[in-house]
Amino acid sequence: MIWVDTILQGILLGGLYALFAAGLSLVFGIMRLVNLAHGDLIVMGAYLILLLVTLLGLSPFLAALIAMPVMFLLGWALQKFLLNRTLGDDILPPLLVTFGLSIALQNALLETFSADSQRLPTDALTTASLQMGPISLGVMPLLTFASAVAVILGLNQLFYRTELGRAFRATSDDPVTAGLMGIKPANIFATATGIALVIVTIAALYLGLRANFDPNIGPARLIYAFEAVIIGGLGSLWGTLAGGIIIGVAQTLGAAINPEWQILSGHIAFLLVLLVRPRGLFPRAHD
Amino acid sequence: MPLLTTRNLVARYGDFQALFGVDIDLGEAETIAIIGANGAGKTTLMRSIAGVLRNQADAVRFDGAEIGALPADEIMALGVAMVPEGRKLFPSLSVEENLLIGTYGRKQSGHWTLETVCDLFPILRERRHNPGTALSGGQQQMVAIGRALMSNPRVLLCDEISLGLAPVVIKDIYKAVPAIKAAGASIIVVEQDIAQALAVADRVYCMMEGRVTLSGTPDSLSREAIHNAYFGAHQ
Repeated sequence: MIWVDTILQGILLGGLYALFAAGLSLVFGIMRLVNLAHGDLIVMGAYLILLLVTLLGLSPFLAALIAMPVMFLLGWALQKFLLNRTLGDDILPPLLVTFGLSIALQNALLETFSADSQRLPTDALTTASLQMGPISLGVMPLLTFASAVAVILGLNQLFYRTELGRAFRATSDDPVTAGLMGIKPANIFATATGIALVIVTIAALYLGLRANFDPNIGPARLIYAFEAVIIGGLGSLWGTLAGGIIIGVAQTLGAAINPEWQILSGHIAFLLVLLVRPRGLFPRAHD
Repeated sequence: MPLLTTRNLVARYGDFQALFGVDIDLGEAETIAIIGANGAGKTTLMRSIAGVLRNQADAVRFDGAEIGALPADEIMALGVAMVPEGRKLFPSLSVEENLLIGTYGRKQSGHWTLETVCDLFPILRERRHNPGTALSGGQQQMVAIGRALMSNPRVLLCDEISLGLAPVVIKDIYKAVPAIKAAGASIIVVEQDIAQALAVADRVYCMMEGRVTLSGTPDSLSREAIHNAYFGAHQ
């Protein structure tokens, strides 16, 4: 029974990793841009929520709701005025610029909020758990997982049911011909990064409620996000959820055997999947 | 006054000059054809009008406004739609989605809707849920034309719509032209097939090496004159 419990905890943890990864997957899928500052943007989102909680005395959930439009605008502007300039045939400039952005963000956060670790205040609900027979599941991990599923469902609806989604896919296929349809690729890219930062805010909320954070933990979140995206297959949103779950389960299983193995077993699971399926579990037909 | 004009239109790709001062006129409800050999600058001319290539503002005028320096999406929104060479369907989109994306930048109510485009090319109704790229070449061309029509454009630019298609399929596609004209669009077709161009157009421009070498109504142009303008023999 302990194994069932461990695996269930792992699946729920996978929801958090899927949230880390969904924004990365979205941006890569539309504009082939790998954002190395993604983890630091999550940490920045957590500090923004914390700031709203402390200054306005809001609950973290309400604070995240307010942070979302702010982060959307930030992402929109970041893409429109900085990252769009790096896109082109050469894949190196976006990597270099987002790497630099990652370092700048870490230092700015360090300067503003100090190196002390913080966490978002939890209340009775967020620390409660549901007893299901012999298994007890935390409300918080369940909520995290449900949010991850909702985010990915929502993104799929957006992609395949709306005009904006059609424009996303068309621009991803061929930006020049998209222009002939009246689409401005620069604005489509900016909107995509804006949406990615809304998802980042949701990820930041659960990161901050679940554990401590400080300005330096961004790169490790980026690694988990990367692994989830690559296990799932680049650009596949449901694959990203599957990837998050695989890492989550591997980590909790590893930790159940020996707590020191938690992080390592996640990475090993990633390498094993890469060995068997180099293009991930659900690769796109054409790239 | 013509609906669309180019005056002294010049285009270059880096050091290579593709157009040397091209002047053409397209009247309201008129269909013109641009003919010429490979490399004459026909596609460059289309791309310049559509805004894929940017020019001097006054090099292209549409409905009295200078549009030469506008980007493609803004020109499309004004009502100049293009069927690009090579069809360029979006592989991630179904046939129906490819048609719908044609209205993205211009929601102009008019004759053309998903229904009327499918009436024009009935095969598209059958294949509406297939990926655009799963269709035959001729069907893909129909999608590309339908996609451009969905915005109810005032000017339709058709770049090499018969390229790589069987003669019987080309006939099918050109059968749609009267309906497109009847719905109120002025048309510029770029065509390598001279007979087809002469049959469909009110006026013809012949291009060679980036310049217009001959123009006129189809009856006024002798085969010999076209031959000379096309291949650059002595005039």
